[in-house]
Amino acid sequence: MFGYILRRLLSAVPIAFGVSVVCFLLVYLAPGDPVQTLLPPDADAETVAQVKRMYGLDQPLPVQYLTWLGRVMVGDFGRSIATGRPVADEIFRSLGNTVLLAGLSVLVAFSIAFVLGTIAGRHAGGWLDRVVTGVAVVGVSVPNYWLGIVLVIIFSVEMMALPASGMGDGRFDPTSWEHVQYLILPVITLSMIPVGIIARTTRSAVSEVMNQEFVTTLRANGLPEWRVLRHALKNALPPVLAVMGLQFGTLMGGSILVETVFSWPGSGFLLSKAILTRDIPVLQGTILVLALIFVFTNLTVDLFQSSVDPRIRRA
Amino acid sequence: MTMSVPLVEVEDLSVNFVTRESDVRAVNGVNFTMMPGEVMCMLGESGSGKSVTMRALMRLLPPKRSVIRGRIRIAGQDVQAMGDAALRRMRGGTVSMIFQEPMTAFDPVVRVGDQIAEVVAQHRGVSRREGRRRALDLFELVRIPSPERRLDAYPHELSGGLRQRAMIALALSCEPKLLLADEPTTALDATVQIQVLILLRKLQQELGMSVIFVTHDLGVAAEIADRVAIMYAGRVVETGSVRDVLKAPLHPYTSGLLASTVHDQPRDRELETIPGAPPDMRNLPPGCSFAPRCPQAAGDCQLAVPPPVSPSPGRVARCLRVAGAQPLMEFA
Repeated sequence: MFGYILRRLLSAVPIAFGVSVVCFLLVYLAPGDPVQTLLPPDADAETVAQVKRMYGLDQPLPVQYLTWLGRVMVGDFGRSIATGRPVADEIFRSLGNTVLLAGLSVLVAFSIAFVLGTIAGRHAGGWLDRVVTGVAVVGVSVPNYWLGIVLVIIFSVEMMALPASGMGDGRFDPTSWEHVQYLILPVITLSMIPVGIIARTTRSAVSEVMNQEFVTTLRANGLPEWRVLRHALKNALPPVLAVMGLQFGTLMGGSILVETVFSWPGSGFLLSKAILTRDIPVLQGTILVLALIFVFTNLTVDLFQSSVDPRIRRA
Repeated sequence: MTMSVPLVEVEDLSVNFVTRESDVRAVNGVNFTMMPGEVMCMLGESGSGKSVTMRALMRLLPPKRSVIRGRIRIAGQDVQAMGDAALRRMRGGTVSMIFQEPMTAFDPVVRVGDQIAEVVAQHRGVSRREGRRRALDLFELVRIPSPERRLDAYPHELSGGLRQRAMIALALSCEPKLLLADEPTTALDATVQIQVLILLRKLQQELGMSVIFVTHDLGVAAEIADRVAIMYAGRVVETGSVRDVLKAPLHPYTSGLLASTVHDQPRDRELETIPGAPPDMRNLPPGCSFAPRCPQAAGDCQLAVPPPVSPSPGRVARCLRVAGAQPLMEFA
């Protein structure tokens, strides 16, 4: 087991390296020059050159990359072009907000989806299965930014029951309703798609396992049905974990639309601002951190999977 | 045989698998009784209803898709009428089963020792730890080398032979009165097959349990059984002591089976085969189901299912061509 963990950790290193190269280059592939957004359109060539020198943009790309990487290694992502604040601070603050939102959505989505999927898989072909599958299809198909807007119209505009945007004033206090109420609509919105995807994965995994021969053995040995189901769930878990990991990664970085709809000051919101203002250091830093979170999440999922299913360790 | 009570009584058992498209008549009126300590072999081709009969005995068939008729009594209890709790006590307690494929019959992600311990804990009401101690004893009983280490193994870490031994250990864990072995050696290498057979026979003698051994291998039957029941198209076409049936088969199907084995045949002779294929179980002929393949068939064979006849004590066959046969009143 220890050897397996080490192997997985080592294999993550080249992936992380590749991710950093792509993150760095991605921004240069996009059209437009960041310097132009900093300066008035009629700035003379000398000023442009000076600004370029200031940000190191006059150096050859590999040199720029290595300088950037060297700084990133020690946690220095440079300064935001738009605000002048250190990028690390911006990422750290917004990432905290995103972790709060995504973490809660993941918790809600995973538990609902796992229960729904298990029920459906256990009764595959029955009416419960059809209901759950229907719910799952709706969950996957509804665009979440649209759902967010509809929820805002219903609960904030019409009923005036819940706030429409932001996360309240001052430091976020998870024990006070004043702050928690801001979480409800975004969490519902963000949970929809993962609920659908994970419920369907769980359903197919459970129904497949329930048809396996060993389930008959368990029954033939007089085990009660809940114990049979426990065996089945352990077997169904690896594919479900894989999908959960992907969904968690997506929620951490991919909630740009939902965070924008609700003006939630998270990493997605930060990213969308950075794109609009061509704030390259913020873009690079944020994408890199999110990508690394993704890599790390998948690594964690791998380790979880192999602790559930010993056959994976051999691969 | 003494005046003891039969352990298993199966009367007119039939099993239909019902789907929207078809109605498969997998078992069509099977009768047999077994005394405690008796070993019976069920012989027949694939699809003759052997495994389905076994699963019906433990009510393991999918309840929604299968219609079971007839009466099954095991150790005095009506299996069809059992409630959930009684059924759970019977399964793995009074009756247990060994499956054909030991690889797929174990939960692949739980250590084999824990799987046995769980069953023991369930039936005996003891702790898991106690269950594991029992599992160790069982591994020694089925002669698994270095049993302590093997308890911690996952199914994929064991060889086919060891897995089947572990399966036997699991089946014996709560000292069943009846062991159903559903082709337990078919998936194993020839050398391992013999080891497992010898082990099963030894254990049967030591523990004195009844065994129903499902196989399509006559050699296995001769090796292990007291009595054989030959199944064809969901019916028992012949029963008798293993010695009688193999020496002088009554039913033409049994003769065909015997002629098509490699045992005791001259080297240079071509192996005989039974012409044709088993009937379509969705659409059985009205008469004897073997008639279309039978060398002795005549017009009267196609009229009705032949009644069981008994030409000598302890022997029954369902064939109109059995000489000097008296119809069996209690069966007819």
